[in-house]
Amino acid sequence: MTEIAHAGIGKAASSYAVWTVADRAGGLLEQHAWLSAGYIVVAMAAILGMIAVLGVVLIYLERKVSAHFQCRLGPMRVGPHGIFQTVADTLKLFLKEDTVPVGADSLLHLLAPFLSVAAVALILCVLPYSPNLQIADVNIGVLFVGAVSGLGVMGILVGGWSSNSKWSLIGAMRGAAQIVSYEVSATLALLVVVLLSGTLSLSGIVQSQEAGWWIWRAPGVGLLAFVMFIISSSAEINRTPFDIAEGESELAAGFHTEYSGLRFAFFFLAEFINMFIVSALAATLFLGGWMPFHIGGLEGFNGVMDLVPPGAWFFAKTAAMIFLFMWFRWTFPRLRIDQLMRLEWKVLLPVGLVNLVVTAAMVLLGLYFFPVG
Amino acid sequence: MSVQITTLEELTSPSRAASSSLSIQEYFLNMGPQHPIAHGSLRLLLVLDGEIVREVIPVPGFVHRGIEKMCEHLTCRQIVHLTDRMDYLSALSNNWCLSRTVERAAGIETNERIETVRTIVAELQRVQSHALWWGVLGMDLGALTPFLYAFRDREIISTAFEETIGARLTMNYIQPGGLMFDIHPGFVARVKEVLAHMRPILDEYDALLSGNVILQERLRNVGVLPAEKALAMGCTGPVLRGSGVALDLRKAEPYGVYEKAAFDVVVGTVGDCVRMEEMRQSLGIVEQLIDSIPAGPHMTVKPAAKIKLPAGMHYGQIETPRGILGTLIVSDGKSDKPWRVHFRTPNYNNLWAVTAIAPGCKIADIIAIQASLDLVIPDIDR
Amino acid sequence: MGEETLIPRVLAAEPSAKVRDDAGGPSVEVAPDRLFGLMQCLRDRPDLAFDMLMAHTAVDWLEQGRFELVYILYSTVHGHGLTVCASVPRDKPVAPTLSGLWPIAHWQEREVFDLMGVLYDGHPDLRRVFLEDDWQGYPLRKDYQDSDMLELPQ
Repeated sequence: MTEIAHAGIGKAASSYAVWTVADRAGGLLEQHAWLSAGYIVVAMAAILGMIAVLGVVLIYLERKVSAHFQCRLGPMRVGPHGIFQTVADTLKLFLKEDTVPVGADSLLHLLAPFLSVAAVALILCVLPYSPNLQIADVNIGVLFVGAVSGLGVMGILVGGWSSNSKWSLIGAMRGAAQIVSYEVSATLALLVVVLLSGTLSLSGIVQSQEAGWWIWRAPGVGLLAFVMFIISSSAEINRTPFDIAEGESELAAGFHTEYSGLRFAFFFLAEFINMFIVSALAATLFLGGWMPFHIGGLEGFNGVMDLVPPGAWFFAKTAAMIFLFMWFRWTFPRLRIDQLMRLEWKVLLPVGLVNLVVTAAMVLLGLYFFPVG
Repeated sequence: MSVQITTLEELTSPSRAASSSLSIQEYFLNMGPQHPIAHGSLRLLLVLDGEIVREVIPVPGFVHRGIEKMCEHLTCRQIVHLTDRMDYLSALSNNWCLSRTVERAAGIETNERIETVRTIVAELQRVQSHALWWGVLGMDLGALTPFLYAFRDREIISTAFEETIGARLTMNYIQPGGLMFDIHPGFVARVKEVLAHMRPILDEYDALLSGNVILQERLRNVGVLPAEKALAMGCTGPVLRGSGVALDLRKAEPYGVYEKAAFDVVVGTVGDCVRMEEMRQSLGIVEQLIDSIPAGPHMTVKPAAKIKLPAGMHYGQIETPRGILGTLIVSDGKSDKPWRVHFRTPNYNNLWAVTAIAPGCKIADIIAIQASLDLVIPDIDR
Repeated sequence: MGEETLIPRVLAAEPSAKVRDDAGGPSVEVAPDRLFGLMQCLRDRPDLAFDMLMAHTAVDWLEQGRFELVYILYSTVHGHGLTVCASVPRDKPVAPTLSGLWPIAHWQEREVFDLMGVLYDGHPDLRRVFLEDDWQGYPLRKDYQDSDMLELPQ
């Protein structure tokens, strides 16, 4: 188990035995290189499989959840209660013609969707799904996640530029500006948790929440950071109320106007997996990740909570966050681009900075009221 | 004498830049006729400078069916069918306008029962139409759920209509001389169900959309139409009342039994969307009238009777959910078919307000302005 | 204010106007060259104050060889309405534009031009509104012929 340098509240290592594929593969590298490579290959295949399965499930969920919000049923015909609807949609997208506009840069046009999916796949590798289900626990986890989401922005920009269309380019520029702006306040929210737990490693952050989840254990600042993170992430993943890049602006579909067939499928997939990722991040950093819900002192209750496997806890929390994002999308109207920018630079950024300073003061001066350790 | 006929091509040609203030950076953008946000087939040519709209050139005519020409070959009863299809969301009011004009011209008297039922169904349709406006406003601005809620509530009113009138959209119910059919025995009960359902729903509408801060920020100070401009641009209905002019034909020139019902004319201050409160007022009117529909025949002229209008011009107007609809019938006195029929439609006159209020707004604001003008395109084009 | 006082005031503003009694409500007829002056008085004089041009259309009297232009005015200040008619010859249908008085006239006149072919002197942008710019003929005229038109079965 890796030693995690820590300077936050409480302890960094928990009573769980944490195991990652990267550790195992690294340990085997000298003697059994082929076994080590095998682990890596299986892990990569698992990630790709996860992307596919998650995509299918999430798109079906979106349709069903939105339908029930709107007093209707959603897909009901393709399979019982329409569960094979997304499979049918994916098949359709595979069979569609991949059009490339005249004058487009065909190499970049091909590359852009893969950039988006690559960013998504990289982040999926570092998320802690369970104490022994994690591909790699990078000890700069939070920084890694923030940096790699920048790669996703590249996918949007390259896609918009390579389409050789005015509207794609303008939609891409808008989308990129929006994402880059909101990354600032998302990062400020993440930094609050980093200060509190004293480590950048995602697994370390989860383990530091054994005594309680940061959303309530950090009085006030945790909740505020959580709310800020939710708002900023909605903008990061281009969902209503921040979907101006895909909504009616430019009267087209933004950067992916000129995409069809498999390439469009990848953009679409990347968008939904992005939603999964920000939900998983929110669950990991604020809601305890795979830590069960414990109330200090109630041993019987804690015992019952421990019966649910940690992986299930993680996915349940992520699912709750996904539902929250879907709820937002189907309830709120969308903001205009200038209102969106004003919200970020004039509201979220100052609030985020103040929150961070208060958290720093809290950690340094020991001003916290909840039990630790 | 200087009559110069221009064409759209001249207006949009690059050579225009030489003579006018069109700078190099301005470009044209077509919104419609096929567009997910458009309310129908209306083409809006936008002259844009980056994100800011400099000029809006509406190009209607995609739904022009020549209704006024057709009317010259049809009897008055047959024309009622065509009025349904102009502003289909207020078909009963359109029927009523034509019927009232014909009745006043030909001297046909109606009775209390007919007028009461006409008022009730027209007000119910006003509620229905404004509910659709609310849903479409949400949809245009990104909230897709209210649209379906509005349709769910319209269904209840449509069911009440279908039982009595036989149709859900093209009503063809209010005829010169009375009503096409007498009301169904279950009509009163159904309307009471509608009233019981809609009152709390309107509060839910406010909680869900109209009270939402994002929506209010999208609409606040966007495309404000001052009162004098609204009057001069011929706007009527909620568009005019939102600008602060209290013109409502139901109070100014009462028809039907509006004099018997107590209701307020909803007037805004800075171009408010007054339709939410108007829905409440309409429900109040129906509530006051539904329990006391007088007995009597539903038709005071025989259905097969020929209605001949005396020679001259006959004009009647009515307050539809979108504004003042006027029917001008010119008859030569010789046949039962009119010589000329002209419909002064509220939507044709409200449309051009967008040319006055759009310059200076952003593209996203154009969509908000169109949504709040509540246009029905077939009414513009006839 | 009823008809009794409205018509005399209108006649005082424009003595050459003739009262008509075949229009249901108060109505006057005036010659086209006096039309603009009358309309300006109707809008500007405070006891008339017609601030809305509700409707404007044209009627094609084929046998009599004239177009009858109909203007329906309304005053929100006083609550009265007035119909003003003017006739222009069918072979030279030119009328003064009222778009300087009521901006909505700009588009109401465009509609009459599009469908009836009446030309408006001084109109800033006289252009068809429903039909394409290169459409031949004016459909609402009684003598309009079109290969797509059908005869009604008798």
